[in-house]
Amino acid sequence: MSAAWITILLPLLAAAVIAFAPSKMAKWIALAATGVVLAATLRLVVGFHDWGSGDFQSESEALRFLPEFGISLSLGYDSVALVMALLNAVLMPLCVLGSFSAIKDRQREYYAWFMVLHASLMLAFASRDAITFYVGYEFTLVPMVFLIAIWGGPERRAAATKYFLFTFFGSIFLLGSLLWLGAQMRESTGVWNFDLDAMIAYSQQLPADTQWWLFLFLGLGFAVKVPIFQLHTWLPLAHDQAPTGGSVILAGTLLKLGTYGLFRIALPAAPEGAVALAPLWAILCICAIVYASLICWVQRDVKRLVAYSSIGHLALCVLGLFAFNIIGAEGAVYYMVNHGLSTGAMFLCIGMIYERYHTKDMERLGGLARRMPVWAFFFGLFTFASLGLPGLNGFVGEFLCLMGTFIADAKSGVDNYPGVLGPNYAFIAASGLVLAAMYLLIMLGKMIWGPLREPHDDGHHQPSGLSVDLNWREIGILTPLAVLCLWLGLAPGFVLESLEPACTRMLAPFPAIVQAQHDAVAAAAAEAVASDTPAAELIITTAEASR
Amino acid sequence: MTMLAPITLASSMADRVGLLWPELLLLIAAMVVALMGLSKDRTIRGAVGPVSILAVLASGVLALVTGGAEAAAAAGVPFPALAQWLKPMVALIAAGLMAVQGGFVDQALEAAIGRNAAAFNPLRAIRGEFHAFALFSIAGVMLLTTATDLIWLFLALELVSLPTYVMVAIGRSDRPGLEAAVKYFFLGAMATAVMLMGFALLYGATGSLQFDLIRNAFGAQAASGGIALLGVGGLMLTAIGLFFKITAVPMHFYAPDVYEGAPLPVTAVLSFIPKVAGFVGLILVLGTAGLTSGELPKPIIALLWMAAILTMSLGNMGALLQHSMKRTMAYSSIAHSGYMLVALAAGTTDALDALLFYLFAYGVTTVATFGGLAVIQRAGGDADRFEDLAGLRRTNPWATSMIVLGALSFTGIPPLLGFFGKFWILTSAFEAGQVALCIFLVVNSLVSARYYLRFMATPVIAEPDSNATPTERNPSRAPVLASVVFGLALLILPCFTGSIFGWVQQATDAPAKAQ
Repeated sequence: MSAAWITILLPLLAAAVIAFAPSKMAKWIALAATGVVLAATLRLVVGFHDWGSGDFQSESEALRFLPEFGISLSLGYDSVALVMALLNAVLMPLCVLGSFSAIKDRQREYYAWFMVLHASLMLAFASRDAITFYVGYEFTLVPMVFLIAIWGGPERRAAATKYFLFTFFGSIFLLGSLLWLGAQMRESTGVWNFDLDAMIAYSQQLPADTQWWLFLFLGLGFAVKVPIFQLHTWLPLAHDQAPTGGSVILAGTLLKLGTYGLFRIALPAAPEGAVALAPLWAILCICAIVYASLICWVQRDVKRLVAYSSIGHLALCVLGLFAFNIIGAEGAVYYMVNHGLSTGAMFLCIGMIYERYHTKDMERLGGLARRMPVWAFFFGLFTFASLGLPGLNGFVGEFLCLMGTFIADAKSGVDNYPGVLGPNYAFIAASGLVLAAMYLLIMLGKMIWGPLREPHDDGHHQPSGLSVDLNWREIGILTPLAVLCLWLGLAPGFVLESLEPACTRMLAPFPAIVQAQHDAVAAAAAEAVASDTPAAELIITTAEASR
Repeated sequence: MTMLAPITLASSMADRVGLLWPELLLLIAAMVVALMGLSKDRTIRGAVGPVSILAVLASGVLALVTGGAEAAAAAGVPFPALAQWLKPMVALIAAGLMAVQGGFVDQALEAAIGRNAAAFNPLRAIRGEFHAFALFSIAGVMLLTTATDLIWLFLALELVSLPTYVMVAIGRSDRPGLEAAVKYFFLGAMATAVMLMGFALLYGATGSLQFDLIRNAFGAQAASGGIALLGVGGLMLTAIGLFFKITAVPMHFYAPDVYEGAPLPVTAVLSFIPKVAGFVGLILVLGTAGLTSGELPKPIIALLWMAAILTMSLGNMGALLQHSMKRTMAYSSIAHSGYMLVALAAGTTDALDALLFYLFAYGVTTVATFGGLAVIQRAGGDADRFEDLAGLRRTNPWATSMIVLGALSFTGIPPLLGFFGKFWILTSAFEAGQVALCIFLVVNSLVSARYYLRFMATPVIAEPDSNATPTERNPSRAPVLASVVFGLALLILPCFTGSIFGWVQQATDAPAKAQ
């Protein structure tokens, strides 16, 4: 059996075993299963055939699942998918370890749902077929809803309901667009085929206005998951109420399904639409960056603060995707990984505090460096990674995304990748970084430095059997993440190099389309000048602005 | 023209009897079961349920073995292979529905009789006649699939409906139960009258009651400037009459009251058996006017279109407002009819296959969900509030899991069976160019997620109110067993959707050859 199959089937098997195993064994079975999946994923990375090719590389025989509809279950990765799968495989065992002391009741159900979540995420990243991708993408919803609704905070039911309805709203539009595309393809080719590469190749030939609608709906599907500004309201609530393990996976990999979907499906399938809608998306992203940062500034709840910061960070990542150049795209993918690591780690840190003090309120906690120096070290490190301190991983992704946006203008950019954004977008987005530094440093100042504040008065401060500072298990959870943050920050070259072919492949149709759009505007301007119509002034200004 | 020569009739009867072994078996079983229910011996009375289930399963196997698509084609059945899919499918799901009825026995009385503490009262004990009526109804659905003319269609439809009226009426003896029965019976009679009026107009327009002759007449009319108004009116009235059976707008409003008034196992039967009958009826009647070739008269398409949109939307919106689980299920069943009407309005062979598959997915999900819901009772009757489900995970984890699976499948979450039903309807409707209907379907699925979430969340998350009287356990294990079998099928069958799809496609392949 191929290692790709192990990453999907083993968690499912583990879930079934956990459901019937003694309660005490549940976490150990889950840990063992996630460990084996991590090993299998590493095996896939080591055995990856060709890092120089951006193509999907098959890892298993195609299983003819629904031949009438051309749906087959075949697994494979390109370098981007493999990196995302690896991120998920790394985070999962750490989440399981991180839940050891936090989850006390209904352990079997908890770890079983976690394993189901693991399997469906791995399926989504390994799918080469639109429908199997959708199966994995959509099914993550179910375990996550139960993780939030059963083990969450006091508002867990509202959070779970909102999460379910919002994401179901998005994914049902995604399904609708994929099926519509499949039916169109059937009409023109005579056969059903849901293979992603074939669908993308077909839909790139559709007329521009069709692609506009297609991108609108596909984008809507992924936008909820990212989440894009105005569709984001489910996220702070869900993050805040979810148990620590759930928050980590939600931030670490579930949100990445949205950006991964944009990268893998929406952008290549409807490039004309993407170019036409890019300014709208970019403006929404910029709004999100500024708006989320301002909200973070006034948060008292530290978990909610990190949740809102996720909205801003992912908006920057999406901005990088819409730059339509290699730097932006690579930066976006790199940022997905970094955000998963640093934000996931921050949620783990906050969970450790919550287990000890049963509060996440920054007014009631403070100066914890005196009480918990080891924790403070890790929390500080991950915060700096998150705000983009050079030398840590966050910086690389942020810098590349901004850089990509900056050069994405009509002047052919770098390497002949003209774009539709430009310095103006980059400047406003960069202000988000300043704001991020501000609110994150304020948070650090309150939580770590200053006079020691502990909620002694409510009787809930007993450390529930945990040591005052971090114990070895907790240090063991955070250390790998810290090492990865440092390593990815100091030596990004290797990963970026391996991402480049896949990004090149994704971006292949864009330069011509963007150039054509600029040419059309220039032509209209020239015509307006020649005819000297009253509208000429306006058109010339527009053309110059876009230049 | 319509008066067939006796010779033809005899030979065609002989042909058809060969097709009817499953129905004959069911009719015999119904009588046997009715008599067994009267027995004074407890073990014999106790065997009523298992015997009915076995009879239904045997009839399904018999339908598979006897086959007879060629004979059906020779007898002039419009969709000769339809029975090949529908009879075993209905038998399988009906067996599950019969198992859900396992708890529908006055167990307290049975126990009292066992202790010699009470006198045997055949009307209250095991209810052999109840099972017998269910078997009659199932036989009616099977008969429908081989109907060749409007008379046969009418008789089969009534064989489906009449026993269900009785089942609602004898299910509960309290006021809501009787109200439900009276409402169901009178509105059902009215719908039948509308349908018969439609038949009369069809006869007037084409001069025949036989499907193939009607089709020929309509074909000739369509070739020379369109189907006559009389014929269109007949089709329309027939369709509206049949809408009652599938609880489609505008004939849907009885459903919530009747579903709520009937006992839960009967509600399960009502939400599947008459629905299959109604859709088969629609397929047969509209098939005469070019259902699968996209040549339906414009007014009929408009009717189906409107009905599909309204049925989906009103069903889902109504379900959002309910507190009773059975009423929610009634509205949900209305909504699912709307989804299936989308396939009918799309009007291609592919869409018809999608509809036939959706019926199957819907049936399996229904058994899984209702079987799970049937494990709790209150005072020997149904526990019908959502709050009654609270804490179910502790008392019955299996039933809880199956309710969750059923609700997920109803919502259309992949990779459960319900997803593939919606998947097929959506693809075929997109292919037929019905983008607007698809958007309605998609948005309605979203709305439905809200109330299915309650079915999922309440048993898993909520804790029972300590002041409320706790619910009782259903004395029979049959419902939860049926629920587990069908619930696991929701997970396992998707692995075989390829073969099931192929099987369904054969069901509608044949008419092309027969034409």
